[in-house]
Amino acid sequence: MGLPNVSGDLSAEMEVDAFRRLFPLRFYERHLSESIRPDARPLGRARDTTLALGAVASADGSALAKIGSTTMLAAIKMEVMSPSTDSPDEGCIAIDFHMPPICSPIVRPGRPVEAAPVVSKQLSDTILSSGMINLKELSLVSGKAAWMAYLDIYCLDADGALFDAALLSAVAAFSHLQIPIVSLNDDGKIVVVSEEGEGGKLDKEPVNKEKRKLTLRSLPFSLTCILHKNYILADPTAEEESIMETLVTVVLDSSSRLVSFYKPGGPVLAYTSAVQDCVALTRQRVKELKKILDEAVSGMEID
Amino acid sequence: MMEIDRADGRTPNQLRPLACSRNILHRAHGSASWSQGDTKVLAAVYGPKAGTKKNENPEKACIEVIWKPKTGQIGKLEKEYEMILKRTLQSICILTINPNTTTSVIVQVVHDDGALLTCAINAACAALVDAGIPIKHLAVAICCCLAEDGYVILDPTKLEEQKMKGFAFLVFPNSIHSVLPEGSLLVEGEPVEHGIITSVTHGLMSVEEYLKCLERGHAASAKLSDFLRRSLKLQLPSDSSKAK
Repeated sequence: MGLPNVSGDLSAEMEVDAFRRLFPLRFYERHLSESIRPDARPLGRARDTTLALGAVASADGSALAKIGSTTMLAAIKMEVMSPSTDSPDEGCIAIDFHMPPICSPIVRPGRPVEAAPVVSKQLSDTILSSGMINLKELSLVSGKAAWMAYLDIYCLDADGALFDAALLSAVAAFSHLQIPIVSLNDDGKIVVVSEEGEGGKLDKEPVNKEKRKLTLRSLPFSLTCILHKNYILADPTAEEESIMETLVTVVLDSSSRLVSFYKPGGPVLAYTSAVQDCVALTRQRVKELKKILDEAVSGMEID
Repeated sequence: MMEIDRADGRTPNQLRPLACSRNILHRAHGSASWSQGDTKVLAAVYGPKAGTKKNENPEKACIEVIWKPKTGQIGKLEKEYEMILKRTLQSICILTINPNTTTSVIVQVVHDDGALLTCAINAACAALVDAGIPIKHLAVAICCCLAEDGYVILDPTKLEEQKMKGFAFLVFPNSIHSVLPEGSLLVEGEPVEHGIITSVTHGLMSVEEYLKCLERGHAASAKLSDFLRRSLKLQLPSDSSKAK
């Protein structure tokens, strides 16, 4: 497992596991002094990330993102609603993050998790701050009808870095989103045109001719790091997060502007050098994530 | 650099008038109210009480924060503030002194006119001092706003917050200069009080602009920590006995 001089027999293996449970901090510090982590990652490397678009067939846009074991399923449903009077030509986005009991042994049914509303609010703030979505694109008929996009993100496996995986799945779901075709029916209401069979029988012209995608400017990507003494660990697992409690989440967009620098307390203070190191690690990660997202999107378009 | 004219005539580096009073609630073990201009927050501390909550580590003391908004129901915003405040206060308290206890901090928003989170952190800190909870150092919170042309202003009002392109809430440990004027410990070439305990940003900004906010925050935190020290010193030590 990385500790030097581990012999192959069972007694040595039991000792390592027991040591890991009984003295988790010392176990980790033995690894950090060799610049490696128990899962053999170097300190600055994130876990393997995969993205699958269109995971939910009935949703208008969906994505399944996995960072290591942390799995997030994001799905977007679009509904027509009347816009508010102070922004008559803008649509609306409602983001909700759920942590069902399947994701982690600490989540019990009926008892709301502390982390869920916080990640939910962080996601809404980040997506709105980054200006990724132009709400005017969600408008249908100015003052009368606009789209409301309900984005629901379900955590299927909580193994650390929840915000990163959730943001990635949200951005991917918006990249995959296709706005349904609607038309005005006799009562003056907007109805969704279904794909099959309506062919030549449309009474009214559709309000929007074809399914279109949103133009997304400056996609935000994030990286969570742990600060522990002089070490900066990128993309922590749940075990690492519970032992070393100082987390820093940096969100950068594709033009390297800072969308969010989020450090909610924690025993370790972040000096300017740590701030710059975290930002540098995030810049690298943004390039990797952008590549993964582009591959996934182009993979969908070929089909 | 274009000079920004602020609505209330302050310079960009000027904070609103600060007021801090301690020991205002008699049933609470510690209480404080903190106001910056029109933003006012009341904080009360009860504890340490026996026992910790289910998912918390019983080998350490635990801090529980309850945030009460001025109007409306408790929603995600309040939960986020509670989490940020809890983690910030946990990092300044010496948690190993009273293991397996819970200290409750209740924050009541009296009026929100911008920089609410910073006011709440400052009030909670002062209330912890009033209750006699052992803490390593005080936490000093400051809010920096970025205008469109990259100009940084401190301590915005609500109107200013809405017009700005981004803002950052920063919490630093308080400066040791008021006690040891000859200097403070250096960590990696920077004084200890330049380390960030908490940072929450909104809006888009470049990394350089964020670092500029940090610098302004450092300068302002020194002034704020002087104020904190002076106002917390005025009370006599004899009123520290409270019925538990």
